[in-house]
Amino acid sequence: MSKELVAVVGIGQTKHVAARRDVSIAGLVREAARRALDDAELTWADIDAVVIGKAPDFFEGVMMPELYLADALGAVGKPMLRVHTAGSVGGSTALVAANLVAARVHSTVLTLAFEKQSESNAMWGLSLPIPFQQPLLAGAGGFFAPHVRAYMRRTGAPDTVGSLVAYKDRRNALKNPYAHLHEHDITLEKVQASPMLWDPIRYSETCPSSDGACAMVLTDRAGAARAPRPPAWMLGGAMRSEPTLFAGKDAVSPQAGKDCAADVYRQAGIADPRRDIDAVEMYVPFSWYEPMWLENLGFADEGEGWKLTEAGVTELDGDLPVNMSGGVLSTNPIGASGMIRFAEAALQARGQAGEHQVEGARRVLGHAYGGGSQFFSMWLVGSEPPDA
Amino acid sequence: MMREIAVIAFAQSDTLRSTAEVSEVEMLMPVLHDVVAQTGLKTADIGFTCSGSCDYLAGRAFSFTLALDGVGAWPPISESHVEMDGAWALYEAWTKLLSGDADTALVYAYGKSSPGSLRDVLTRQLDPYYVAPLWPDSVALAALQAQALIDAGDTDEPELATIGARSRATDNPRAQLKGPVPQGDYLVRPLRTGDCPPIGDGAAAVVLAAGERARELCERPAWIRGIDHRIEAHSLGVRDLTDSPSTRLAAERAGAFERPVDTAELHAPFTSQEVVLRKALRLDDSTRVNPSGGALAANPMMAAGLARIGEAAARIHRGESDRALAHATSGPCLQQNLVAVLEGDPR
Repeated sequence: MSKELVAVVGIGQTKHVAARRDVSIAGLVREAARRALDDAELTWADIDAVVIGKAPDFFEGVMMPELYLADALGAVGKPMLRVHTAGSVGGSTALVAANLVAARVHSTVLTLAFEKQSESNAMWGLSLPIPFQQPLLAGAGGFFAPHVRAYMRRTGAPDTVGSLVAYKDRRNALKNPYAHLHEHDITLEKVQASPMLWDPIRYSETCPSSDGACAMVLTDRAGAARAPRPPAWMLGGAMRSEPTLFAGKDAVSPQAGKDCAADVYRQAGIADPRRDIDAVEMYVPFSWYEPMWLENLGFADEGEGWKLTEAGVTELDGDLPVNMSGGVLSTNPIGASGMIRFAEAALQARGQAGEHQVEGARRVLGHAYGGGSQFFSMWLVGSEPPDA
Repeated sequence: MMREIAVIAFAQSDTLRSTAEVSEVEMLMPVLHDVVAQTGLKTADIGFTCSGSCDYLAGRAFSFTLALDGVGAWPPISESHVEMDGAWALYEAWTKLLSGDADTALVYAYGKSSPGSLRDVLTRQLDPYYVAPLWPDSVALAALQAQALIDAGDTDEPELATIGARSRATDNPRAQLKGPVPQGDYLVRPLRTGDCPPIGDGAAAVVLAAGERARELCERPAWIRGIDHRIEAHSLGVRDLTDSPSTRLAAERAGAFERPVDTAELHAPFTSQEVVLRKALRLDDSTRVNPSGGALAANPMMAAGLARIGEAAARIHRGESDRALAHATSGPCLQQNLVAVLEGDPR
């Protein structure tokens, strides 16, 4: 069974900010979609289907918003699918769209993910009410902090590593015009002096709440041949899930993440990710997840991830740049954050990332996760199509 | 040449007005066990899993993440979720099998309407700036559509009553409303209680398999000959409520008009919507419509569409149908529609 090749020929995102009070939800998503179409030099009529994703509907208070957004995204008369896989949704949405092309169901698909977090309060939106969770497990930070602490205990990582990641990502964000946080006066000392929120996670080591949307145009070989700018080719993509709560779960390095990465590497023929992959956009909502995911994704041996971070390997000019765009730590419209990772990976592979471009990035990994570290979605994109 | 994919098993729960004593996961578990047992597969044998549900019904964010624990996702599984009726989860799984990434798929869907007031909850589906603040409820919107049909001369109240009575005259043991049910009083004119679906909690699941795998696991697979879905504009003001062009287009793309179907399972929660769908799908009296009772006998939100595909497939499995059409809908007044055409091997 031969699959059709999938190419990214259009990418668009909004300037992410704390509150886009000037646009409706429809206005927000249309802005990103319009930019993706412009990038691909296509019109609404060229799109065969729309695949949309976002995290909980409660964030905006709109149930199944794809119904209301059908007009804004030019979907009337077309198929429209709505994906929801918690924080990994932006990545999963892109993969569902890519599969429509790979399976030859459609030639050209618009995929988009968004969140307008200013419509609500994510901190409390993510605090499930009693009796569904224990009290005082406030927000995502409260859930993930114990896992970070477990990582530190397990690996002996010094407690300075988290602030290095935050300092790096916030500096990278200064080179990305779409990033939410542009902290021009950022210093390592400022990160380290920021208040402790959920020990060991400090204020400056957490992601912001953003309004934003991200869109991509995915197409087949014929569509790629017509594209005005270099496409990024999908070399592999996978999703994996495991239960939220069970005794055998390793919350520090979940098996689903390892399996997902292994599947992507198998598809793409990657033998040694550290050597064969040039850059990574990974889902790091709290700074310590960079060293944790470096291990989970196979870029470092167990217990060694923090050493790569500490040695500067993951800096923009390092040997394996991570989160060149500034990452989730600088921009977090939750439902869109995964797709931004996928899109930024594609931008790098196309050589279109501007000031935060990694020279010679040929194979770039986009990574997303969600729920209680239980949903994973990843893709590897390249500047060249996969070998036939 | 497209890969052949079939529905090989279907299971569903009873649909009940309230299931306060069980969680969503507890409601779902027996259905998952049932459908997988029918195939002899184990969870670890399933290539892809996809579900459909909606957080808003349970009233909490990420409600679906807990359901995954019930699937037994260990070792980790290839899995996805749509915040839509499970019929669209089946569509996603179908494309996954088409691309050759998996040979089998588990699709499930569930919804509990009992935690809230469903008519109020569904208003949150509407345009959040101009319409939702007015809280027009789902029955009122359906009544607008029904009145438009009556005004156009497409139906009348006695015909609607006949549809309601026929739907409830089902021997489906899983149905919530069955037997003679009075037409009832007006709920919102021109719709009476007998024209409206019962509000219920329930779950449904199917297993898909590709090619030879389907023949190994099922005596008479229900082959998916075509499946397509289309969405219309959201605003009721720009739609002709007496017609369903999205259903017609989806049916055409699914190949429904190539040959007549003997069975049609339609997701028409209101009697008046069956009138619209029959016209769009060009169904006449030669087609048996909704032998299961359809959504008028049991309408578990998010599972009712998947159950239509499952019911159609089960009739093919049992040899009661050779070519069946299944339909699912989403959104106010049939805004989004999916059509699948299923066939059994020639006998």
